[in-house]
Amino acid sequence: MILDGKVPPGPLEDKWTEYRRNMKLVSPANKRKYRIIVVGSGLAGASAAATLGQLGYNVDCFCFQDSPRRAHSIAAQGGINAAKNYQNDGDSVYRLFYDTIKGGDFRAREANVYRLAEISTAIIDQCVALGVPFAREYGGLLANRSFGGAQVSRTFYARGQTGQQLLLGAYSALQRQIAAGQVKMHTRTEMLDLVVVNGQARGIITRNLVTGEIKRHAAAAVILATGGYGTVFYLSTNAAGCNVTAAYRAYKRGALFANPCFTQIHPTCIPVHGEHQSKLTLMSESLRNDGRVWVPKKPGDTRHPNDIPEDERDYYLERKYPSYGNLSPRDIASRAAKEVCDEGRGVGQLGRGVYLDFRDAIKRLGRETIAARYGNLFEMYNRITDEDPYEVPMRIYPASHYTMGGLWVDYSLMSNVPGLFVLGEANFSDHGANRLGASALMQGLADGFFIISDTLGNYLATTKPDPVGTDHAAFDEAETEVRDRLQKLLNVRGKRSPDSFHRALGSIMWEYCGMARNAQGLKKALSEIPAIREEFWRDVRVPGTGEEFNIALEKAGRVADYLEFAELLCHDALTREESCGGHFREEYQDEEGEALRDDENFAHVAAWEYQGVGKTPVLHKEPLVFENVELTKRSYK
Amino acid sequence: MNLTLYIWRQRDRNARGQMVKYHLSDVSPDMSFLEMLDLLNQKLYESGEEPIAFDHDCREGICGMCSLVINGQPHGPQAATTTCQLHMRKFKDGDTIYIEPFRARAFPVIRDLVVDRSALDRIIQAGGFISAPTGSAVDANSIPVPRDEAETAMDAAECIGCGACVAACKNASAMLFTAAKIGHLKHLPQGQPERRRRVLSMVEQMDAEGFGNCTNYYECEAACPKEISVKFIAEMNRDYLKAALTDPNYGEKKSSSK
Ligand SMILES: Cc1cc2nc3c(=O)[nH]c(=O)nc-3n(C[C@H](O)[C@H](O)[C@H](O)COP(=O)(O)OP(=O)(O)OC[C@H]3O[C@@H](n4cnc5c(N)ncnc54)[C@H](O)[C@@H]3O)c2cc1C
Ligand code: FES
Repeated sequence: MILDGKVPPGPLEDKWTEYRRNMKLVSPANKRKYRIIVVGSGLAGASAAATLGQLGYNVDCFCFQDSPRRAHSIAAQGGINAAKNYQNDGDSVYRLFYDTIKGGDFRAREANVYRLAEISTAIIDQCVALGVPFAREYGGLLANRSFGGAQVSRTFYARGQTGQQLLLGAYSALQRQIAAGQVKMHTRTEMLDLVVVNGQARGIITRNLVTGEIKRHAAAAVILATGGYGTVFYLSTNAAGCNVTAAYRAYKRGALFANPCFTQIHPTCIPVHGEHQSKLTLMSESLRNDGRVWVPKKPGDTRHPNDIPEDERDYYLERKYPSYGNLSPRDIASRAAKEVCDEGRGVGQLGRGVYLDFRDAIKRLGRETIAARYGNLFEMYNRITDEDPYEVPMRIYPASHYTMGGLWVDYSLMSNVPGLFVLGEANFSDHGANRLGASALMQGLADGFFIISDTLGNYLATTKPDPVGTDHAAFDEAETEVRDRLQKLLNVRGKRSPDSFHRALGSIMWEYCGMARNAQGLKKALSEIPAIREEFWRDVRVPGTGEEFNIALEKAGRVADYLEFAELLCHDALTREESCGGHFREEYQDEEGEALRDDENFAHVAAWEYQGVGKTPVLHKEPLVFENVELTKRSYK
Repeated sequence: MNLTLYIWRQRDRNARGQMVKYHLSDVSPDMSFLEMLDLLNQKLYESGEEPIAFDHDCREGICGMCSLVINGQPHGPQAATTTCQLHMRKFKDGDTIYIEPFRARAFPVIRDLVVDRSALDRIIQAGGFISAPTGSAVDANSIPVPRDEAETAMDAAECIGCGACVAACKNASAMLFTAAKIGHLKHLPQGQPERRRRVLSMVEQMDAEGFGNCTNYYECEAACPKEISVKFIAEMNRDYLKAALTDPNYGEKKSSSK
């Protein structure tokens, strides 16, 4: 099947206006009749639920945390992009579009990316209106900083807690709609299946994590805003609860999963220190504005960093990429770090680290300015490592951070299953093979505040879905499957914790499907994953029952899905025989070790259709057509 | 490191709970406090026992999901640090550590160390927002905000809603939490139109949830992992008085709601 992204005709700049001109509207009286399910309360989910509630729809919103404010978006540090050009440094909607398409290594849909850039400015306006306390200049106007992959200053920020402040903004709008009775919030509730009735997404099955109650919810449409699957690597910068379950269950019900192999490894995280580690902490990319990345020139140099003289240091990013230097995009900076460590020049106990040094910046700007810019990040670093970055350079290493892949959606953010919409990190749409910093927050809010309200209305007005009851056979079937699976997990009564399997899976994924991949390694992963999966179903231990608060059962369900999903990810990586963005295949590189993209054979979205556990999924392609940009070799030199 | 742990175990909301003693060895000083509990849970799985339930998610001090009263202190002994960011190097080999849930009438225990903090969300629902419907905003730079004011708003907005202030207070008061949200919005021009209504209804909701009063012990400020200042409580009290005195219907509304 050749997939159609349903991009409106006409010039790039007019497509969204054109779509909006032609879309159908739902009357206020009819909006009241529709129940809409929003799974997720991060930036994408909270902004969507609030906006749809405000429009008059009856919204049910779900999250697995105890409050919608705790969604993983809260952890974003660095900032959010918008083409405001407040700095008058040459920015424009087109430039933000171009940077994003190029940053994504020409593997995203032009029209979606342009719309994102176009909407970006309204997001900042909306957030300021909601009271987001962005950083300001003395004149009272908004401040900006620059971020990787861009030569302009277009990133808005709130200290090192931009995600927190944006999410609290969206959360407050959501709380207002909850108080108004337009949104019903279901916290500590996990979606365990999607219900498809006559080919349309019409509901979900959930488990109440406190009581264990399994419940059916019917709706006119289902919106997934359930975040990314970065924890497939076990260790990552993501929150411990992040998982692929909602998206994967939708995939098993027929939704296509697009470009799962496009995963982002972030270059600036605190390195691994021990075997019981549960989490890798991100040190915001904004640090690369003032920090300089280096390793010793000599392999195995164990001197204290402050004792290594200037001419024995290799500022390898500045050397290799003079025009972007320390602000090179994430995939490039990550691979460069791996390379120097592979050469034996890595620092720290395990030799897997590089320095991020603020010495020169402190000399130039003073300690106070640096403290004002990064104080809280420095504190966080100190708390974790017990080292003082004002005195000793930070040590950083790449870690799994973000997933560009996700459920396939068309221009209206609807998947191939009618009535199933996917927003935020959970979809695949805007970042191609690599996401630029400060663009995920922008996408989540664009999808939730400004796109879904129009496209959902158009869908409902066009299809006019009839009411469906939770007594429909499709609900019976889905609920039975959910119950059987939970029981199966409880019945194994093996010896190993769910976590131990997650850890084992993660180390395979990191080893063979991490920063650099090759056919041999991927094949090895594909033979080892089913083995762990079988072991899991033989030996996992889930104590307790399904009718209570049961952290083991929760975790086991998520790990079980990862054990299937990981195979899909590796399969996609094996099939994509080129290097692009976050997907680096060692077989496809030039003499200097730079990625070799293959536009002739791989300028497409790879969208996979489920065939059964352990069975090879079927590939559908959406060709990527570039009418407005020239496919160039991505160079940051 | 070797540790002796006393941990609160409670099956569900209605069950009786008790402190249970555990010994844990091979704890590395570089582990976070939650990684130490992960290790204990790992051992419990291996010996066929049920793992200890505790809340956590981001594990980097920002989501507000983790809690725990450690040796009598919410989030443990290190100032300005959440439990997930606390590291075992702050303890000594051979230490005995007492671990309990955040306790308050308004925070019923769900299981073991997990409590229900949804009362905090309901306080926000009562008015912790600016009514700015999507699509209605003007250009962001058309409302300049003096930098100092924006910084003060941000100081208050840093609250992560963990509830440590409540757990630290002998009256189980949620004043610091409530005042932080009110303080955040009142220092911004956008927050002015709803300022009076906001403070009245949020305080009313706080009382309705069963949180206690503030009697100026300031344990909340000391326990707050984000070091939110009690000056916001003073500001809230001033705002509340002013609003109550100038609201003609207020006395009536309050008595009819009780
Ligand atoms: C440490 C860190 C720093 C970052 N910094 C930046 C930055 O500076 N700038 C930037 O642009 N991006 C940044 N990102 C990326 C960005 O934060 C995320 O991509 C984005 O916030 C995702 O938002 P979301 O709404 O799609 O999903 P999330 O915020 O992850 O929300 C997912 C929601 O879905 C719910 N959910 C999931 N599964 C289920 C289920 N089965 N049932 C019920 N509910 C479910 C969860 O409870 C949650 O509410 C950062 C990411 C990390 C990890
Ligand atoms: S787990 Fe998020 S603040 Fe501790």
